[in-house]
Amino acid sequence: MLSANMRLFILKRVITLLATLVGASLVVFLVLEILPGNAAQMLMGPDADPEAVVELATRLGLDQPAMVRYGHWVGGLLTGDLGTSYAYSSPVLELIQERLALTVPLALMAMILTTVLAISAGLYAAARHNRAGDVGIMGLTQIGIAIPNFWFAILLILLFSVHLNWFSAGGFPGWGDGFWPAFQSLVLPAISLAVVQAAILARITRSAVLEVLREDFVRTARSKGLSQRAALWRHVLRNAMIPVITVMGLQFANLLAGTIVVENVFYLPGLGRLIFQSIANRDLIVVRNCVMLLAAMVVTVNFLVDVLYAVIDPRVKASDI
Amino acid sequence: MTVGFNQRALRHPSFLLGGALTLLLLLAASLSLFWTPWPVFEVNMPGKLASPSAAHWLGTDPFGRDVASLLLVGARNSILVGVIAVSIGMTAGTALGLIAAASKGWIEELIMRLSDFTFAFPAILSAIMMTAVFGAGIVNSIIAIGIFNIPTFARVTRASANAIWSREFILAARACGKGPVRITLEHVLPNILSVLIVQGTIQFALAILAEAALSYLGLGTQPPQPSWGRMLSEAQSLLFQAPLLAVFPGVAIVLAVLGLNLMGDGLRDVLDPRLARMR
Amino acid sequence: MSLLSVTNLRISLQTHRGLAIAVREVSFALERGKSLGLIGESGSGKSIMALSLLGLLPEQAHVSGSIRFAGQELAGADEKTWCKLRGNRIGMVFQEPMTALNPVHTIGHQVAEPLRLHEGLSLRQAREKALALLNRVGIPDPVKRIDAYPHQFSGGQRQRITIAMALACGPDLLIADEPTTALDVTVQRQILELIQDLVTERNMALLLISHDLGLIAQNVEHMLVMYGGSIVESGPTQGVFSRMAHPYTQGLFAARPRLGQRGIDGRRVRLSTIGGSVPELIDLPSGCPFYGRCPIGIEACAQTVPGPVALGAGHVVRCIRTGESI
Repeated sequence: MLSANMRLFILKRVITLLATLVGASLVVFLVLEILPGNAAQMLMGPDADPEAVVELATRLGLDQPAMVRYGHWVGGLLTGDLGTSYAYSSPVLELIQERLALTVPLALMAMILTTVLAISAGLYAAARHNRAGDVGIMGLTQIGIAIPNFWFAILLILLFSVHLNWFSAGGFPGWGDGFWPAFQSLVLPAISLAVVQAAILARITRSAVLEVLREDFVRTARSKGLSQRAALWRHVLRNAMIPVITVMGLQFANLLAGTIVVENVFYLPGLGRLIFQSIANRDLIVVRNCVMLLAAMVVTVNFLVDVLYAVIDPRVKASDI
Repeated sequence: MTVGFNQRALRHPSFLLGGALTLLLLLAASLSLFWTPWPVFEVNMPGKLASPSAAHWLGTDPFGRDVASLLLVGARNSILVGVIAVSIGMTAGTALGLIAAASKGWIEELIMRLSDFTFAFPAILSAIMMTAVFGAGIVNSIIAIGIFNIPTFARVTRASANAIWSREFILAARACGKGPVRITLEHVLPNILSVLIVQGTIQFALAILAEAALSYLGLGTQPPQPSWGRMLSEAQSLLFQAPLLAVFPGVAIVLAVLGLNLMGDGLRDVLDPRLARMR
Repeated sequence: MSLLSVTNLRISLQTHRGLAIAVREVSFALERGKSLGLIGESGSGKSIMALSLLGLLPEQAHVSGSIRFAGQELAGADEKTWCKLRGNRIGMVFQEPMTALNPVHTIGHQVAEPLRLHEGLSLRQAREKALALLNRVGIPDPVKRIDAYPHQFSGGQRQRITIAMALACGPDLLIADEPTTALDVTVQRQILELIQDLVTERNMALLLISHDLGLIAQNVEHMLVMYGGSIVESGPTQGVFSRMAHPYTQGLFAARPRLGQRGIDGRRVRLSTIGGSVPELIDLPSGCPFYGRCPIGIEACAQTVPGPVALGAGHVVRCIRTGESI
């Protein structure tokens, strides 16, 4: 059903995806295992008993050559054996799965919120170009991109938890205790994540729409009798979405990075918080796998965006990489 | 060009507002080198968590230190991080970008692939990893942020440089026998300066945000050096007692970043009005 | 009653340098089934005038005067009125075929769009009709290509598609603004022939805008010469060409490059040109717009805009020294 062109395009993208993942794993391994020098020493601190350090090193398999350790790890990734956490003494895979149950819905909520806010604001501003509505939106977005997401989170807590008592100031009751309380605990975090991203995306949407409005085919559409609004929805939007979707893909990485900070603000036991705590605990096994997971998520989303891009824009051919 | 620049600059609202805010930031930082309303390193427990008053315009923190003074010294911090990190990124990144544009072929591919590759790793994550692995503190956070500026500058430089390389006067220079190094330094670089300056202000703003996030997490500037980000993390546990403590440092960050962004946008229009896009 | 009757049309534009008069006191009429050519260089205001006939001027434009189409007054009409006419009773073909089509929609979709909009046809009906149209304008293998995208067609083919789109609902008037300027010479002829055939077949009125004298000479019955926003000469094409009454028209004609052109002494002749350059619409002189470049201009020309001088058989010129021109 897919044209040959499309199949070739997807194949090339998949190859790039895999290559990037391999590259990412090498970089992660390098930074976390090789560079810091003696990992066991780091784990135990500078004052540890040298014999204990050696013992730990052997136990963790750190005395083996780098290539072997790398192969071991990658093998583990592929089979699902991610090792055991040093700090929590439980399988890393389980830990990650638990945490994902929070971070994935959070990221989705934030992404949806961002998209809805940004595209409506961007369209509105473009349609009211150079008038009050446009200037207002541009002003708001300028402030929006200057706001640190963790500060916005704190302000939200100040308003909605401390003053209004509508939401709790942090924590996550887990999905087991009912959907609604768990969902509620994710609302403020999702908003904090969404606001900055939405500001950026709204500006991009606005300028993409304005660019497309200047194209000749919009004039052609009007000359066929389409109203301003019909021309906007049927001709401008689809073309404007091309750059917007590309940016959304890039923003996903920022979104994940944002969860690291925001989960800390709200004491949410998600993936971001796990990474941060593990780094603090020098729990390298967990860090290694989590970072790899994040990188894999980012790369996969970008792959999906590329495919979507090719679907929307018929001009993209297999030769475009 | 300078005459035109001044005329356009003084009429451009973004540039004026952004410039004013940035100037305010610089003044605050410079002032803090000589004087702050109250000493910043002295603890004053009896006066802790005071509300804003005539004596302490913005109140005091949990250690009795004057918030306004802390903000001034924090400004110094933010600027330090911004300037050094952006310098690192700009020098290395621009060099790489220029090399990529001048070399074409596999060198360019390699450099670009590497910088595209860094997109897979969100900058904050990498900065956190690096500071945690190599130690927290202002120096390491500057290095981490600086390193993550490099791909951005490389990409921007290469794109602009490529546009210059394809122009006719470059062809003329090559016909005169000038080598790529001379052409790059004498012709390409001067023509992309405005793009670099604009990008620099934007990256400066991002560096301030990144440093604030790192400090909030405890990985940036260490106590007792004041830092806007860390002030916010301290304030978070005191939201019930002293909510204003969580407001002021955030406002400072927003104003600084906003100022730099506006100035950057204004500079973009003012430095090259031919490129004036649909704003 | 004329199909299209424009009286004292005046279009001014608010620019950053001040008010520019793009079109001043333009009047003409076009009958059903007849063709009218409008010749002028870039900067003469011809495209702005064409856009005003569809109500597609930018917001900063101010229109005064009268535009009557099929008895209906259109100057100052609201958007709804215009939307009912555009693509339905009045069709327009633009200069740049490469950018005139939306790259993310199939050509079938785009040709069917006015049919669904104005005639309320279902998807299938519109598609059938679009197929017939594409066939009529000469797109090879339309059954397969109806689902192709614009980037898969050449410039000439894209122009055929825009013609199909403009004519889909059977309009009474077709406005073609430099329809062949952006095309290769060999293709230009084909496109013009296509337009002529369609216009005759459907008994449409045609307003053909161009800067090319040759094109105008061969394709329209009546013509208007526009300079600096005003019509400086108008009349039946034959009449205007046999006796060019305005210095500008003469200058245009003389400036045509001709192969192997030789003077009396057998030596090759320099290409004759009109001295000076087209002024910006905001900088036009107060009297005759051609004053300053005109070889026979006198002071009186600069004082007031010359009134129309009838030369017989519908040939009208705006020049106070028309007797002196060669």
